[in-house]
Amino acid sequence: MGESIMPNLQRERIVEYLNSGKRIDGRALDEFREIVIERGISKNAESSVSVKIGKTEVFAGVKMAVMEPYPDSKNEGTFMTTVELHPMASNSFDSGKPGIDAVELARVVDRGIRESGFIDLKKLCIKEGEKVWQVFLDIVAINDDGNLMDACGLAALVVLGDAKLPVYDEEEKKVKYELSKTAVPLNKEALSFNITFHKIGESIIIDASSEEEAISDYRLSVAVGEGNGKARITSLQKGKAGAISDDDMERILKLVEDNFSSMLPKIRKYVFG
Amino acid sequence: MSKSLYAKRKSGRAFDEVRPLRAEVGVVPSADGSAIFESGTTHAIAVVRGPRTLHPQHMQNPRAGILRVSYGMMPFSVEDRIRPGPSRRSEEISKVTEWALSCVVDLSEFPNTVVDVFIQIPQADAGTRVAGINAAAMALAHAGIPMKEMVSAIGVGKLDKTLVVDLDKHEDSEYKDGEGSTDIPMAFTSRSGRICLLQLDGKISIDEFKEVVKMGREACKKVLEVQSSALKGIGSKEKKRGKK
Repeated sequence: MGESIMPNLQRERIVEYLNSGKRIDGRALDEFREIVIERGISKNAESSVSVKIGKTEVFAGVKMAVMEPYPDSKNEGTFMTTVELHPMASNSFDSGKPGIDAVELARVVDRGIRESGFIDLKKLCIKEGEKVWQVFLDIVAINDDGNLMDACGLAALVVLGDAKLPVYDEEEKKVKYELSKTAVPLNKEALSFNITFHKIGESIIIDASSEEEAISDYRLSVAVGEGNGKARITSLQKGKAGAISDDDMERILKLVEDNFSSMLPKIRKYVFG
Repeated sequence: MSKSLYAKRKSGRAFDEVRPLRAEVGVVPSADGSAIFESGTTHAIAVVRGPRTLHPQHMQNPRAGILRVSYGMMPFSVEDRIRPGPSRRSEEISKVTEWALSCVVDLSEFPNTVVDVFIQIPQADAGTRVAGINAAAMALAHAGIPMKEMVSAIGVGKLDKTLVVDLDKHEDSEYKDGEGSTDIPMAFTSRSGRICLLQLDGKISIDEFKEVVKMGREACKKVLEVQSSALKGIGSKEKKRGKK
């Protein structure tokens, strides 16, 4: 996601390929790289997963705790997302406090989950006004080769889909670190997933690699779920300094509709098995 | 002398037996070097980036490159979630790891540069700093950083009066009987056999400590075997006990 230096020659080569309808790695313009999901990478987490899209890899884990609810939502559990763009994952990530890229990623993933209503926060209330479950969703970048946005979004869905509530000991007022059989309550129908588009030259592509991200004019992340049997947008985020023309917007929306029906069953399978 | 209360390990391992070890290199494709080292359910990933120009400039050393280590645990790696970002503990472990690896790394050919080593713990069951050192030494070798020898690390402990290698979480932080639990992480250089990491928390006699060093040295031979075979691309030799 950071700005990297790329020789002009490589930039020209990528654009030239795209102009002829191809990508430098042989993919179609709207084709995702291979997605590989490995569950249970961290046994102390309530659930955990590694998601790879091509060479991009993220780890995600869910931890839960019991807290006093916020005064404005006394009967709802709470949900918090963090994303660490650790310098292990890319030469362009720095140590220290989360930079704007990590903050943006975490906020977009958080909003996508929250606004779609995927987690049923009301069912995470233990005792109104006193005790609710707190869901921590932590995502760590392991290797960045582009499109961390969709990798983080998918990891969030899969790891939440797997999470079970730990046992809460009422007498000791303590969370016991053994999992109950109760799943974190989800509205499965509300599932929405992210597709991120980049504009390079005259082309609009899906699942950009690092190289492609570095030279794009803008990116648009579209979270899309099902509403009345059709694609329904649940969150949008435009990134970078380029602007979207009317024509581009139409092309992107068409790509969303075209890809939605083939992707939804796949994503549901990743998340719910 | 009275008998030790810790007569049998909860895990069923012999006192001088390490957990099943596994190692692999090349796990992070964009890095210059990377490795994973697992001891039982303690997993460490190490990534090497560099040699690269060191900023800020005033930190540069015109005679040699510098090694910089950053160790951290993932928020979900333990039972009680850890807040992301550095802590006093992680900063200390980063520094002692840096010292342990600096003993063998030769960066004289790379003045004014830094070699960054990032260690992350996705899953913790005690012994994360030694697993991190084992992974980091492999990642450095994988990156082709000049090294005079390898580094292998292990935790040795004293539970009541019994000495054991490669403590798990139960032994490290839950055992309280008798004289309690003493944890001694240590690392050895592969050829000259010198100690390049040594820490101790607890109580131990001089004679017992001598035995601890002996046991640590023996255990590190097994660690080195697993590190070396992964670096040769053969993969890990030690498989889970009882599994063929």
